[in-house]
Amino acid sequence: MPQTLKEVDVVVIGVGFAGSILAKELAASGLKVVGLERGQARHTVPDFQAPAIHDELKYSVRKGMMQDVTREAMTFRNHHQEVALPMRQWEAFLPGTGLGGCGAHWNGQIWRYQIADFIYKSHLEKRYGKKFLDPDLRIQDWGVTYQELEPYYDRFEYLCGACGKAGNLNGKIEQGGNPLEAPRSREYPNPPSKEQYAGALFRKAASDLGYHPFLQPSANMTRPYTNPEGLTLSPCVYCGFCERYGCEHFAKASPQTVILPVLRKNPNFELRTESQVLRINLDNSGKKATGVNYMDAQGREFEQPASLVLLTAFALNDVRMLLLSGIGQPYDPVTEKGVVGRNYAYQTQSYVPAFLKEDIHLNSYMAAGASGTVIDDFSVDNFDHSALGFIGGCYILCGSTNARPIEFHPTPPGTPRWGRLWKDAVRRHYNHTAMFNLSGSSSASRWNYLDLDPTYRDAWGLPLLRMTFDFPDNDLRMSKYVTGKASEIARRMGAVIVVDEPRTGPFTTTAYQSTHNTGGAIIGSDPATSVVNRYCQTWDVPNVFVVGACNYPQNSSYNPTGTLGALIYWTADALKSRYLKNPGPLV
Amino acid sequence: MGDGPNSSSRRNFLRSGLIAISSVSLAGEAPALLANPRTETAPHFFNEPERKFLSAAVDCLIPPDERWPGAAEADVVNYIDLQMAGQWGKGELLYRHGPFRKGTPTQGYQLEYTPAELFRRSIAAINAHFSAQGTSFNQLPPAEKDAYLSSLEKGGIDLDGVPSNTFFDFLLKHTVEGFFSDPIYGGNKNKISWKMIGFPGAYSDYYDLIDKHGVELHREPLGIGDGAASHLMNAMRRGH
Repeated sequence: MPQTLKEVDVVVIGVGFAGSILAKELAASGLKVVGLERGQARHTVPDFQAPAIHDELKYSVRKGMMQDVTREAMTFRNHHQEVALPMRQWEAFLPGTGLGGCGAHWNGQIWRYQIADFIYKSHLEKRYGKKFLDPDLRIQDWGVTYQELEPYYDRFEYLCGACGKAGNLNGKIEQGGNPLEAPRSREYPNPPSKEQYAGALFRKAASDLGYHPFLQPSANMTRPYTNPEGLTLSPCVYCGFCERYGCEHFAKASPQTVILPVLRKNPNFELRTESQVLRINLDNSGKKATGVNYMDAQGREFEQPASLVLLTAFALNDVRMLLLSGIGQPYDPVTEKGVVGRNYAYQTQSYVPAFLKEDIHLNSYMAAGASGTVIDDFSVDNFDHSALGFIGGCYILCGSTNARPIEFHPTPPGTPRWGRLWKDAVRRHYNHTAMFNLSGSSSASRWNYLDLDPTYRDAWGLPLLRMTFDFPDNDLRMSKYVTGKASEIARRMGAVIVVDEPRTGPFTTTAYQSTHNTGGAIIGSDPATSVVNRYCQTWDVPNVFVVGACNYPQNSSYNPTGTLGALIYWTADALKSRYLKNPGPLV
Repeated sequence: MGDGPNSSSRRNFLRSGLIAISSVSLAGEAPALLANPRTETAPHFFNEPERKFLSAAVDCLIPPDERWPGAAEADVVNYIDLQMAGQWGKGELLYRHGPFRKGTPTQGYQLEYTPAELFRRSIAAINAHFSAQGTSFNQLPPAEKDAYLSSLEKGGIDLDGVPSNTFFDFLLKHTVEGFFSDPIYGGNKNKISWKMIGFPGAYSDYYDLIDKHGVELHREPLGIGDGAASHLMNAMRRGH
């Protein structure tokens, strides 16, 4: 029998960026908040300290900071007629776990989405007509606009000490920034990062071709910074161990550096780590959550009653928790009924390695997680698609987050995979290869979705999440076009060999692409096609809110965390200013 | 691009914290390196016939050349041995619940074997194959070794339940890991691969260098196991 604990006002499931910011805001309002984190507590000191943290084998190859796959895996298939099998190790994407969540080991690439992203369906229909989309696509508007979210983007960027140069300040185009960005209400809190050599070469080539290069917005500090919570961060030293690693320097914005120390000082907040939530409990009506059941590291089960449940785990795990708890109707791709698991999308990544002359020493291992020079000319709908026959796009970035050698040792096409010729090629090209990274949009489609697996279970006996996904044909056409544009820039840079590697299908779980898994609990204006309303409140159970990249109806070209930060503060505001005064549906 | 090992100039750079902008000639340093005696390490997992196969095989995958040692001299066999004896080899980092079924290539590894079981099973089948012909893999002439490994890579050979291409991919993956990973894992002896490509290792600070575009950095690589003092010296250069 589970032991029933004393009721609290709020229980938070997952203490990453979303969980810690929402908990901080609500605890500061006087509510009693319990944060349940399945992973371990971990802190800049001692857990992220060098030299031990600079261990490529442990953290990059063996995925030392990621979700424990031995206990909780996911199953996968490309098509819904196939039998899904477990991903027995993480390769394609890396769900986080532990205090700080993915925020502890992200790269700090902090982007905003475009105005068009939030009204994507309406925008595309208006610009290209109603028949432009491939019939399998399921594009939707968010139900919340960029203009509404702008103050909350701003708040998250100031929390994180975002480093960059505004390109569009209240509608006025600024030199040095991204002229194609949506208008921002004030300048970034910190100046942009130092530019890498590869980025400088790219900048010149891209400018020559008439594009608009700028330094990628970064949450790796460029100077000492004290955020509005009173926490101070140090400048990034470009160590080249960022994504998949914790930062030893207090230089990367993470829950550990920007919010947790404040949250944990508030006596209204209690953190319980190694606490695995099994389900959100509903009352007999099924319309009200009464709290959660969870199991601790000793295998003891507890019931934690709460008036309000905030689901803030990794995007995919949020969807699974809704399914395990019976909140919302599961999506069925055949009938297209149901909403939970609908519109799962990803990121359509592609690459262009540019092999340069041997006298160009790039030193790509000198890198921040958000290093890179980038153009936005081919993102989302920043270019005219009417003659192209697809929607979406990519930003094109040149630079490196690292050059850690187990995973980075590029060789030109035609090089054998092993032997003397391979070894010679690795030595020849290691420090002379500029990498282009294209971060591509991902269109929701009818057949890509998430549900519970009928066969495989986790260490607690609960069904694993099942992912059914392949790249929509639209996105492969998009990738081919934009990757070709990137290759032109690489040739302009004087590369000896340029490899045009657009994304091709089928999606495979065996090679890393991106951890930008989106959708499954999407935001919207219609309960028939969304799981949460515009305030991230579930339509079916008004005292359960879900805040994560699972809310995105489709994925844009950009890294999702900046937009998640905006949604977090937007939701916090709705909770504090409206919900707490009158608990119930906000729409 | 790379500097030879044991270079006194490099040690001086490390001591003084300076960076060499010019490149240093490599000629004449390789023989000293190749003559370096191998430190034998205690076997933890593989038996002698298994080690013999692995020593020969990893040197086909990453062979020695005139300037740089191959995988065997970099102690890659020792690396694989330690990995197979540990958590990874025992399958303690994999989701291991059944049913185990053959999947599509996009579904990834679906065999029931742990990495250690996969290595042992496959090598036993290979050794039995050659032993039946009165020879062993490591006794083959170099070209025949390469040809045999290519046949494994191509697939279609059953190694007692392990498809040969699956085994080959595992072998190659672990050889590359052992060649490039930090020496604390028992491979990459003398940080030889890092010197070969010019990777400075576990340093943590390039603040003053990242915007000096195009400099050639010749610096003794720093490993995790090089002691707190080395890392502290690195940090102190910028007054941390």
